[in-house]
Amino acid sequence: MTSESSVGHLLRELAPQVLGAVVRRHGDFAAAEDAVQDALIAAATQWPEHGIPANPGGWLHHVALRRLTDQLRSEMSRRRREDAVATELWADWAFVPPPDTELDAEDDDSLVLLFMCAHPALTPASAIALTLRAVGGLTTAEIANAFLVPEATMAQRISRAKQSIKASGVPFSMPTSAERAERLAAVLHVLYLIFSEGYSSSVGASLQRTDLSNEAIRLTRGVHAMLPHDGEIAGLLALMLLTDARRVARTGPNGELVPLDEQDRTLWDRARIDEGLALMPAALSTGAVGPYGLQAAIAAVHDEATRVEDTDWRQILALYVALERMSDNPVVSLNRAIATAMVDGPAAGLLAIDELGKDARLAGHYRLDAVRAHLHQMLGHRDVATEHYRVAAERTASVPERDYLLMKAAKLREQVSANDG
Amino acid sequence: MRYILMMHAPRGNGQYKVAEWKPEELQAHIGFMHQLNRELRDAGELVGAEGLAPPADARIVRAGKNGAPAVTDGPFPESKEFLAGWWIVDVDRTERAYEIAAKASAAPGPGGASLSIPIEVRQVMSAPKVDA
Repeated sequence: MTSESSVGHLLRELAPQVLGAVVRRHGDFAAAEDAVQDALIAAATQWPEHGIPANPGGWLHHVALRRLTDQLRSEMSRRRREDAVATELWADWAFVPPPDTELDAEDDDSLVLLFMCAHPALTPASAIALTLRAVGGLTTAEIANAFLVPEATMAQRISRAKQSIKASGVPFSMPTSAERAERLAAVLHVLYLIFSEGYSSSVGASLQRTDLSNEAIRLTRGVHAMLPHDGEIAGLLALMLLTDARRVARTGPNGELVPLDEQDRTLWDRARIDEGLALMPAALSTGAVGPYGLQAAIAAVHDEATRVEDTDWRQILALYVALERMSDNPVVSLNRAIATAMVDGPAAGLLAIDELGKDARLAGHYRLDAVRAHLHQMLGHRDVATEHYRVAAERTASVPERDYLLMKAAKLREQVSANDG
Repeated sequence: MRYILMMHAPRGNGQYKVAEWKPEELQAHIGFMHQLNRELRDAGELVGAEGLAPPADARIVRAGKNGAPAVTDGPFPESKEFLAGWWIVDVDRTERAYEIAAKASAAPGPGGASLSIPIEVRQVMSAPKVDA
C-alpha cells in the first residue's frame, strides 16, 4: 500500500511532463489533456492499492497514449470511408511505446508547455489561467478560488484559451531561436503576474491566494533549473524570493498594510532571503542585466538592511535610474523619485513628483498623493500631508491600503491638534 | 437562503466624516469589521463581502444606440447616500440575515458609539430547487 498523499504529490509533479510529452506527439492540446486526465485518474485509483510502478512517468504516458489511440480509433472508423489521408495519419499516431519507456527530454517538455501557455494570441488573464492549469497542476476549482471567480467562469476562460491557441495555427513546439528570447520574456511575465497576484492580495481576507505566489516560485524554480545560465530567470526567481520573504511582516492584525519602513524585520523569512541573495551573482553577471535582475537587486538592498535606517538608498537610487532607462513605466519613475527624496531630501523628491504628475498615465493616481503626503510629513507640513493622505485614501481601490492611509491621516491630525492645544 | 446585505454610507464627507476620526476610533472600526467577517466565515454563513471604492468614479450605464454602453456621471437615484460595500450570506432564515445586518450596522464610530449604518437586506435569487 502506498499513501494517497504521496501518490497525489507524485502525480502533481509528473502531470505537466506527461502532458507536454503527449501534446508534443499529437499537437491537439484539448484531446491530450483529456487523455492525461484519464491516465491520472487511473493512477490515483490503482497506485495506492498496487504500488507505484517502477517508471511512473512512462506508465502515465503509456496510458494517456492508449486513451488517445482509442479515441482516434473510434473517430477514424467513422471517417475512414470519407478520408483516405486520415488512415495515413492514423498509422503515424497509433504507435504507443511500452510502459517502461523512459520519458525523453521531460524537462524540455515542461518548458515547451510553458512557452505554449505564454502564447501571443492570449490575453494575460487567459495565459495565467492556462499556465496554472497545464503546468502548475492546480485544479480548475483551485484556480477559480484563487482568482475569486466561480469555477464555471474559470473553466470557460481556460477552454477559450485553448481554442485561441488552436485557432491561431501557431504549432505546439519549441520556438525557434529567433522567437525564443521574446517567448521566454512572455513566460517570465506570466510567472511574474501569477506571483504578484498572490502577493499583492495576500493582505486582507483572501489568504488562500498565497498559493499563487508559492506556485509561481515553484514554477520559476523549475524554469531556472532547466535554464540555469539565463540571468533574467535567476533574477526573477531572486526577486520573488526576496519579496516573498517579507510577506508576514507586511500585514497587520486587522489585514492592514504595513509598509516596508514600518515592518518588524525580525519577521522576515531568513531562508528565503538567503536563497534569493545566493541567486544574485547569476542574475547580475551574465552580460546585460535585465529588469528582473535590477528589481531583484533593489529588493536585495532592502532585505540586507536589518534596520530601516541602514538602507543603502544611494545604491537603490542608482538601480532605479538604470531600471527607468530600460522601461517606460511611470511607477518605476515614481519609485525613483522616492529614492531621490531619501538621498537628496524630501524637497528634491517633491520636485521630482511634480514633474511626474505631468505624465497622463499617473495623473490622479493615488500613489502620487500618498508619496506627496509622506514627503510633506517629512518636511513637517502636517496639514498639507494630512490632506494628501485623505485624497490618496479616497482614490485607492485597495481596502488595506485605504485603511493604512486613513490611519496615517488620523495620527497626523492628532499630532497637529496636540500641538495646537 | 442567500441574502445580500448592502451597507449604505453618506455621500461626500458627510455624517460619518471618517477622515476626521481619531486613530484609535478608526482602528476599532476596522477591527470590528474584520472580526465580523471572521465570525461569519467561521459560522459558515459568509458567501462574500466586498468594500466598494468611493462614489466619485461611479457611473450610470444604459444601453445606448445599437446597444453600445451609454455612460453618464449620474443622475444617481439617491443623492444622500451611496452603496459602500456588501456581504452575501447564506443563512437558514430571513431573521438571521436581519440579525447580521443589525450587527454590521452597529459598527463603532467616534467615541466608540454605534454608527447605525443603514444596511439594505435583499434576498439573492437562486435557481429553483431540483425537487420544486
